Amino acid sequence: MNEQVQEKLKVLAASAKYDVSCASSGITRRNRPGSVGSAEGWGICHSFTENGRCVSLLKIMLTNHCIYDCAYCINRRSNDIKRATLTVGELIDLTLEFYRRNYIEGLFLSSGVVRDPDYTMERMVRVVKDLRTEHRYNGYIHMKSIPGASREWVDEAGRYADRLSVNIEIPKEQNLKFLAPEKNYQSIFQPMFYIQQGVSASNEERKRFRYAPRFVPAGQSTQMIVGATNESDNDILRLSSALYQRSSMKRVYYSGYIPINTGDARLPALKQPPLVRENRLYQADWLMRFYGFQASEIVDDAFPNLDLEIDPKLSWALRHPELFPIDINKAEQSLLLRVPGIGVKSALLIVASRHHGRITASTLAKMGVVMKKARYFITCGELPILTVNELHPDCIRRALAGKTNPKKEADRRQLSIPFPD
Amino acid sequence: MIVFRYDKTFEGLLTTLFDAYTRRTFPERLLSENEPLPMFSEKAHRVITESYKSLRVWAALEKKLSRAVCGMLMHVWLSELPGSDELLFRYMHKALDAPSSIATHFADKDVMEVKKIAGKVSKEREHLMQFVRFQQAADGTFFAPVSPIYNALPLTMPYFTQRFADQKWLIYDTRRRYGYYYDLKTAEEVTLNTDEHLLDGKLDDAWMTQDEKLFQSMWKEYTLALTIRERINPKLQRQHMPRRFWKFMPEKN
Repeated sequence: MNEQVQEKLKVLAASAKYDVSCASSGITRRNRPGSVGSAEGWGICHSFTENGRCVSLLKIMLTNHCIYDCAYCINRRSNDIKRATLTVGELIDLTLEFYRRNYIEGLFLSSGVVRDPDYTMERMVRVVKDLRTEHRYNGYIHMKSIPGASREWVDEAGRYADRLSVNIEIPKEQNLKFLAPEKNYQSIFQPMFYIQQGVSASNEERKRFRYAPRFVPAGQSTQMIVGATNESDNDILRLSSALYQRSSMKRVYYSGYIPINTGDARLPALKQPPLVRENRLYQADWLMRFYGFQASEIVDDAFPNLDLEIDPKLSWALRHPELFPIDINKAEQSLLLRVPGIGVKSALLIVASRHHGRITASTLAKMGVVMKKARYFITCGELPILTVNELHPDCIRRALAGKTNPKKEADRRQLSIPFPD
Repeated sequence: MIVFRYDKTFEGLLTTLFDAYTRRTFPERLLSENEPLPMFSEKAHRVITESYKSLRVWAALEKKLSRAVCGMLMHVWLSELPGSDELLFRYMHKALDAPSSIATHFADKDVMEVKKIAGKVSKEREHLMQFVRFQQAADGTFFAPVSPIYNALPLTMPYFTQRFADQKWLIYDTRRRYGYYYDLKTAEEVTLNTDEHLLDGKLDDAWMTQDEKLFQSMWKEYTLALTIRERINPKLQRQHMPRRFWKFMPEKN
């Protein structure tokens, strides 16, 4: 270990930072005698950068040399940036030393494409294989699968990694081909399909033999860039919902486009990354994964984009006033989850405490329900009955949206402060 | 007003409950041995902690409440918040009197309060698991100072013994002046006679292993390199990673 490695670490971290995936969840593995570390099922964030984004894994590229020339990527071959390559030994040392100091939960290994996808995969697999077999490393490993990788290398990677991911990047194929001439959907969906097949095969196997080896136990994830091309939220959410149909797909990440490569005519010139839109997409994603919403309920052809001023659930509720008010003391959990201001936790609390007695408005507030929103959509026998049906949806919309708070304004101004290098 | 005095231990609290049931009087306040009596109180009963009494009460509670809820009671006790013992007393009293478990009766003030405080302590436990930073000493032992607001360190031991099973470590609570030392087999509670040199949280350079400084600076540089300039949001950072943890974290020093 020396200063040279430190320099490489800086370069390769900066190259990996635009990949938003960070989860270290989905697999619990206890420590076995003689091995290093363990994995916690819910994932632990060990640090947060000044972006407020978590640092759970040592997110790093093996190399940022790349033969591809994707318009949206910082590492494309036509960019004049510092290039570096870590050796297998250096990367393994770094991972283990950081791990032993509780800095990280594991390794997130990505790489630029060198020579061809399979050659790159081979080099990445060597790192994870050495970690698992030679160093008996038990912690979390997330590995990127290179678009266009063959089944052989995806299978090999899946034996050692906890999670694999292939990034879709652009939600429509013609746009992807336009921005990334070397890629197409075939090269992305094929590795995804290999992963899905491997997971199902291993699950079948484990039904028969309890100790059959696991394949990518924490499933796969992917990422889409938002705002670099002209897809609507409808296109994006429909694609995510189709991806979630596969059992191995655990997360779809949305990354607000940051104009990294200024001067490329194929990309829009944005003043600020579309952070609010990104946030709304995540909220919609949560509605699909935890609240029982269908993508078609959140957006459709008549309403193709999410409302930036109010959250998607409130927006849905205001479009469907006929379903409200909902009786807190009687409604099923699935209906409670549809009320704006009631989350998964508070819905569980409400259902659990109902058989002890009636629930009132004041207890709801204590349970963590956001009454500011929820009061228009519920009855519990004692609230003044001014629900969404008595007031007009537009009126509620105005009451809940568009409040500019001076504190937030100040924060937005802070965004423009140049960050010291 | 009825007042009980006890020795401010968890066993003492359980014994208090035992005494209250045998005397059929339930105190409104629980005081330590030498706290002054509040006004208008009759004379205080002094509880003498006895393990057979406390064990009996705990067994009764375990019959009434699930293991998770008993764990929550432990969490509330470790919060060390003023009044948390009286809250626990009221909760246990209600739990023992009720025909069925009161654990989900969230409309009840005390049940909700216990859940809230247990949640806070559990959060602190999670913060420790997230933000503990080890420094390697020259003899190979890993040392980490902590100063959590609630006494959550004992709750993290299952995690640390699992995660760092093949290295010796010492995690030291500089606020409460005790810690846990793991010797590759079990984690034992330790108090050090001279701990002044550990209280600022930094190992002396002479004590550190050779590469320790390098790894700390690498980690700092790494988190800086990972920051995206267009997305600076210090408020969100502080929300997820409260400032009180920064003093022991190399990326923030």
